[in-house]
Amino acid sequence: MSKGLSNSSVGRKVLMALSGFFLLFFLAQHFVINMLSVISADLFNEVSHFMGTNGMVQFVLQPVLLFGVLFHLGMGIYLDFKNKAARPIKYAMDKPSENSNWMSRNMIITGVMIMLFLGLHFYDFWLPEIKDKFIDGKWDEPTKYFPHLQHKFQDLARVLIYCVSFVFLSLHLLHGFQSAFQSAGFNHNKYTPTIKKLGNLYAIVIPAGFVFIALFHYFTQL
Amino acid sequence: MDLTLKVWRQKNREDKGALATYKVKGISEHASFLEMLDVMNEQLINEGVEPVAFDHDCREGICGTCSLYINGEAHGPDRKVTTCQLHMRMFKDGETIYIEPWRSAAMPVIKDLIVDRSAFDRIQQSGGFVSVNTSGNTQDANALPIPKMNADKAFDVAACIGCGACVATCKNSSAMLFVAAKVSQYAYLPQGQVERTERVLNMVEQMDKEGFGNCTNTGACEVECPKSISIEYIAKMNREYLSASITSEK
Repeated sequence: MSKGLSNSSVGRKVLMALSGFFLLFFLAQHFVINMLSVISADLFNEVSHFMGTNGMVQFVLQPVLLFGVLFHLGMGIYLDFKNKAARPIKYAMDKPSENSNWMSRNMIITGVMIMLFLGLHFYDFWLPEIKDKFIDGKWDEPTKYFPHLQHKFQDLARVLIYCVSFVFLSLHLLHGFQSAFQSAGFNHNKYTPTIKKLGNLYAIVIPAGFVFIALFHYFTQL
Repeated sequence: MDLTLKVWRQKNREDKGALATYKVKGISEHASFLEMLDVMNEQLINEGVEPVAFDHDCREGICGTCSLYINGEAHGPDRKVTTCQLHMRMFKDGETIYIEPWRSAAMPVIKDLIVDRSAFDRIQQSGGFVSVNTSGNTQDANALPIPKMNADKAFDVAACIGCGACVATCKNSSAMLFVAAKVSQYAYLPQGQVERTERVLNMVEQMDKEGFGNCTNTGACEVECPKSISIEYIAKMNREYLSASITSEK
């Protein structure tokens, strides 16, 4: 009988998909805000200040986002352990590339790489922001965001790490976008081909955009 | 054709097992793969070696008994066929062919190339049926109007022969294509509605108990399935399961 979604294989798939949808939405809005930094420093500062000080964003959406990220990572690793245990003896000869693509088979690798990148990203941007507001009590600094961003992207090594990380993000999304729909039960002759195309577009445009932003700030400061 | 065969040999469940190398000569390219194995076994008997145990029954691609992982693919390099319908023309003269049993914790090797697929039986017994009163007054199934599309879809998934190629080929040893087929074939038909909610919950629960892995949507199963059952039915099962989880009173 039904034991709750998190206790069944199908339920866990659906929960992975739901957290994936949430992260897809978050990534898109993060991308849009970051693109503002290319267009106008003032506009970027204004929107960043709003996001950094708005109560709803800070005290409701931010904890939900943190939970979503940690859940997606934790469940992904847990499922990978279970999946590996389901085949204790490997094939002597195996040709997985004959029936599936690399991205679909290596979500755990691309996912862990993205999480390692997030460690750096949090160190760069999130932790200083938390320290400013919650330790130093400095909530009203509406012009700090753009200079902080510029400062981080002066370092070539950091820019390169960001660019490589976005390649892993792209590989993850190339499978993850359409896979989330499939896991949530949405597979339809009429709509699935379009979802797959949209997924490929999203998986290329968003990471490529982030790469562009990192390179833009690096080269404009040379 | 002259071939080198790397065949998995294992005395029983407890034995560790290993690949053994055998050479066979003069195999016709028109022979089926199982006929080639018959020739190999005759050769082994003549040499005083115990023949290799492998599953087979109808040899017509409809019973789902044959189950070999050949050169890194479930049922070999051909598509939409079971091992018994695979022909030697798919291989080259002088080729080395790896022949292994399905690999899954839920389908342990019994002997050589034979695995225990009773996990599938237990999943079926947990809900893969329709309860029908056989008192003599059973309604003719054809008297029930069924939309053509639903009938076609039910027929497509009912084509599943339970061979286990989906489990064997899935990198996670997931049985979701099999279970999805068995859940969906009834979900599309009026006869399956009475037990619809309990069926999907019970079958998924039994699948999890057996120790199969989780589906990660690689799509490998639908490529290797000899009956070309689509992963759209896994999405269908997911919908059925979600709906049943929410609406079930148990």
